[in-house]
Amino acid sequence: MEKLILRRVGMDHPDSEEMILNFGPQHPSTHGVINFIVETDGEVLKKAVPDVGYLHRSIEKIGEGVAYPGFMPYTDRVDYVAAMFANEGYALAIERLLKIDAPPRAHWLRAISGELVRIASHLVSVGTMAMDIGAFTPMLHGIRERETINDLIEELCGARLTYNYHRIGGVAFDAPNGWRDRVLKFLDHFDAFLVEFDRLISFNEIYIRRLANVAVIPGALAIDYGLVGPNLRGSGVDWDLRRDLPYGPWALPEFREKVKWSVPVGTGFMGTPGDCYDRYYIRCLEMKESSRIARQALESLPEGEVMAKVPRKIKPEAGEALGRVESARGELAYYVVCDGTEKAYRLRARTGSFTAMGIIEDISPGLMVADLVALIASLDVVAPEIDR
Amino acid sequence: MTTDGIHERLKAVFGDDVGPLSEAKMDAFALVKKERIVEVCRFLKTEPGLELEFLEDETAVDWPKRNVIEIVYHLLSYRHRHGIVLKVELDRAAPVITTVETVWKTANWFEREIYDLFGVDFTGHPDLRRLLLPDDWVGHPLRKDYQDAGGWHGISSFRENPLVELRRLDEVRRAEAAKLNPPPPPSPPPAAPPAAGPAVPPAKA
Repeated sequence: MEKLILRRVGMDHPDSEEMILNFGPQHPSTHGVINFIVETDGEVLKKAVPDVGYLHRSIEKIGEGVAYPGFMPYTDRVDYVAAMFANEGYALAIERLLKIDAPPRAHWLRAISGELVRIASHLVSVGTMAMDIGAFTPMLHGIRERETINDLIEELCGARLTYNYHRIGGVAFDAPNGWRDRVLKFLDHFDAFLVEFDRLISFNEIYIRRLANVAVIPGALAIDYGLVGPNLRGSGVDWDLRRDLPYGPWALPEFREKVKWSVPVGTGFMGTPGDCYDRYYIRCLEMKESSRIARQALESLPEGEVMAKVPRKIKPEAGEALGRVESARGELAYYVVCDGTEKAYRLRARTGSFTAMGIIEDISPGLMVADLVALIASLDVVAPEIDR
Repeated sequence: MTTDGIHERLKAVFGDDVGPLSEAKMDAFALVKKERIVEVCRFLKTEPGLELEFLEDETAVDWPKRNVIEIVYHLLSYRHRHGIVLKVELDRAAPVITTVETVWKTANWFEREIYDLFGVDFTGHPDLRRLLLPDDWVGHPLRKDYQDAGGWHGISSFRENPLVELRRLDEVRRAEAAKLNPPPPPSPPPAAPPAAGPAVPPAKA
């Protein structure tokens, strides 16, 4: 990094306003502890180079040291804004290795809790994005709704942030009495809230002008840089793992029959496909779809067990598997290599934020400093997911 | 197309430089000779009918017993919804491989991470620096024989069990409290109940 700071470009110009700044690591609009080394000429960026690793907790190395079930609480820390998906991906990878499947009710609960958490995560994303642009109120509205979801998830698994809800072969707890009705009641309220939220900020003239046509990522570039999830769909690529490579609940024929939904794709709602506004508005549309999915799934929630029969000692035979889920930040995949013991030989988490950070250096030249904030917010990066 | 189909197309072009598909226990993979990896990747990305345009993951696995470091590529096609896993084996003592950053841009960060945590050198990589760890970190932590140096610039990477310290503080606090309020002397044995007879007058204060 030192070399980079010393490589001062054009400092021999007498009129040059070029400077190199550290944007972070404690900056509020970098969404966690991330540093950007920014070369600017006045207000225009020459380059922004991300410097990550401040939140590296060596989760992959820890995974090699604990037994398979014992790693579940660590997965929460991979992505603590949407920990349910980090749980689910790990559970799916180990279930594939053990060749077991969760019972239907567990699948349904996974889908419902997942969609609730997706809403909560997107609320944080769109709320903080509006705050980064300069509108404070939407963040408070988003966080208020998220609190209700936290309460509902707390009833389900006892935790509000690091859920540790999934188990290898099912989920830890069944839904408590009356939970279904309380969630349905919240969803009624939430659908109305989304309309209000759109009126509050999504169609605000200033907000649209700050985001439309800013930091455009064309679809081909998004694929080349491995963007996933809402960032990829915002660039107009019609791909959702839940539909295209179904896993867990999404692969069950009964589930697919009872739950109907669609995948929103960015079409340049207010400007060019793949601009910051598309990435923002995709999340608003996804919240609507998530609410739809959760409602239909709750209405068709089957009875039964929530845990499959799992051996007491989890000891998959030697082999390797990839467990992928469509997280709120796109594809989250665990690559697990087993050598036939009770611990993983190698455990790797491939996350959406990691690849999203890689594109910033390429997109940033020519942006205004304020647009960099919009770009970071629109990619919805979460620092623990980058560093793991 | 199935993984077998992709593998057959690969075999037809690259012959013995692509190994047989592993037993399909889980995700079947094919070993590729390390000299051909860029060609193989470019072929898979651009060949009509295959078009594996998405490098889903690139990572490494350390096998000290076999003295190799494996580089694992997970490829996926959005258009055709199929995928394949490729592996390359490198010598553990001097792991060097050509970068696939020229094929997929996303490999840039994946390879920086592998360089950081496994110490694999990617020739042709435009910006091969440590990604997660500080630049002056010693060693590559995800290697199986990695020994923690114990700290970095005076910051220890070990922590005592916090309970030990808490218990010690409890002892100190207890000792101080005992110094301030010495415990009452042991109470005298209770007096024997008065025997039947005339009531004893209360003692003068």
